[in-house]
Amino acid sequence: MSEILSYGFMQRALLAALLVGILCPTISFFVVLKKLSFLGAGISHTALGGIAIGLATGLDPVLTGSVFAVGTAMSTGHISRVGKISEDTVIGIFYASGMALGIALISTFKGYYPELFSLLFGNILAVSFRDLQLMVLALAVIMIFVIIFFKELLAICFDEEMAVAGGLPVGPLYMGLLAAVGLTVMVSIQLVGVVLVAALLVIPGAAAYRLSSNYRSMLAYSLVIGLAGSFGGLFVSYYYPVPPGAAIVLILAAMFALAVAVKYYLEKLN
Amino acid sequence: MQEVIKTDQLTVNLGGKTVLEDITFSAVTGELTGVIGPNGAGKTTLLRAVLGLVPFQKGNLTVFGKRGKQLKEVRSRIGFMPQRQSFERRFPLSAADVVATGLLSPKTLFRRVPEKSKQVDESLRAVGMEGFYSRAFQSLSGGEQQRILLARALARRPGLLLLDEPNTGLDFPAQQSFVELLRELKEKDGLTIILVSHDLVSIAPAADKLLCINRTMHIHGHPAEVLRSSHLDEAYRCQFDFLTTGGGFERCWH
Repeated sequence: MSEILSYGFMQRALLAALLVGILCPTISFFVVLKKLSFLGAGISHTALGGIAIGLATGLDPVLTGSVFAVGTAMSTGHISRVGKISEDTVIGIFYASGMALGIALISTFKGYYPELFSLLFGNILAVSFRDLQLMVLALAVIMIFVIIFFKELLAICFDEEMAVAGGLPVGPLYMGLLAAVGLTVMVSIQLVGVVLVAALLVIPGAAAYRLSSNYRSMLAYSLVIGLAGSFGGLFVSYYYPVPPGAAIVLILAAMFALAVAVKYYLEKLN
Repeated sequence: MQEVIKTDQLTVNLGGKTVLEDITFSAVTGELTGVIGPNGAGKTTLLRAVLGLVPFQKGNLTVFGKRGKQLKEVRSRIGFMPQRQSFERRFPLSAADVVATGLLSPKTLFRRVPEKSKQVDESLRAVGMEGFYSRAFQSLSGGEQQRILLARALARRPGLLLLDEPNTGLDFPAQQSFVELLRELKEKDGLTIILVSHDLVSIAPAADKLLCINRTMHIHGHPAEVLRSSHLDEAYRCQFDFLTTGGGFERCWH
């Protein structure tokens, strides 16, 4: 353990695992309750377009990807509500279009872009001090939003029609939640990459949902599962030749399978 | 008896289509009005217009003596119970948590709304569910869930209660029990209730008035008068025969 902590890159990676291990399960809680899983997957793939724009223009790809991810999330919500089109349909279009833009731009690149591969497949071991600063900032903004409006967000997830009838500002709060999903995607991409980030947004909440009959325990389980996945994946990749992103997602998937099995046997016992 | 709600030739257009036209009715304190009509008649839209969720293009709506822009002032005095499809039955909330969501409003933004509040206790007691405080909502039967949702609608101590198809999916005893509870609430607390239902048999014995609509208004009056009227056949575009038996109704359908 002390050996791991003696490396600067591992210290930063552990801190990143902690930050994302708190952020993703918190957002995953709402993603699962509001049935936004496909949106999470769609945004992560759409972000490729923003990352490619950053690389093509010389801007910070994490910044352009974040703007793209948040913009896509909020546009999806707006278009689906104003145009009365299902969110699945809108995100299905953005998903493919964002990927297509990314592929088209990347195909014009000459030379080797290490950042591109880090963002496509994730590399928690390459997290810089600046990346950590951005993660802390994103975590602070999202957690402040979630803590202040937790009861309203929960009510919207449970029964949106009733929340509207009660006079709650459902539109702005929903847009805020979508923006939080977009920002979380972009922060997490640095750990597990565009391809696998949806797992961090879906699995902790989905596994916790299986095990809970109360939102408090669901949130607690989601955090435990998210942190166990982040740290577990990091340790596995340190000792075994497995990329950290893949290790994190595989551990989360195993925990989901375990949650399903536990729920099944508990129901059988009762 | 104070007039709680009054509509005068209320007309609602949605997406270029007239969904409700010239609806005129009123309800006084402690009155239960059943809104009946076939699927797509505009029953839910009528409730949504009263709640201010859809605009009306023509006519007048008066609630607790307020109309126009002043309607916003009285919205907190309206309790609402949407259709059962509007929520996820397996959602991880306790019965008290569900009721507490009924307390949320623009005034509670940035404030703590404890689920252990006096209003939550009172609402659960009002619907006979005081022993279900900590029970998981997902573990309750359909009838019990409906009572909890009714408690949620009562949480803000409304004077007007709007219920959208509350009996859907319930078996006959559960429907009867729910309607009996509504009758108690209106008699004990003087609640004015507007209840939308497609089930004439369960709604008619409890209602003081029936409003029959099918986009336009067909008839508004005492249940016996409405059920014997040819307006009902016109609204449903089929023929009904009703026989009164000991205060209840039996239905024959040709």
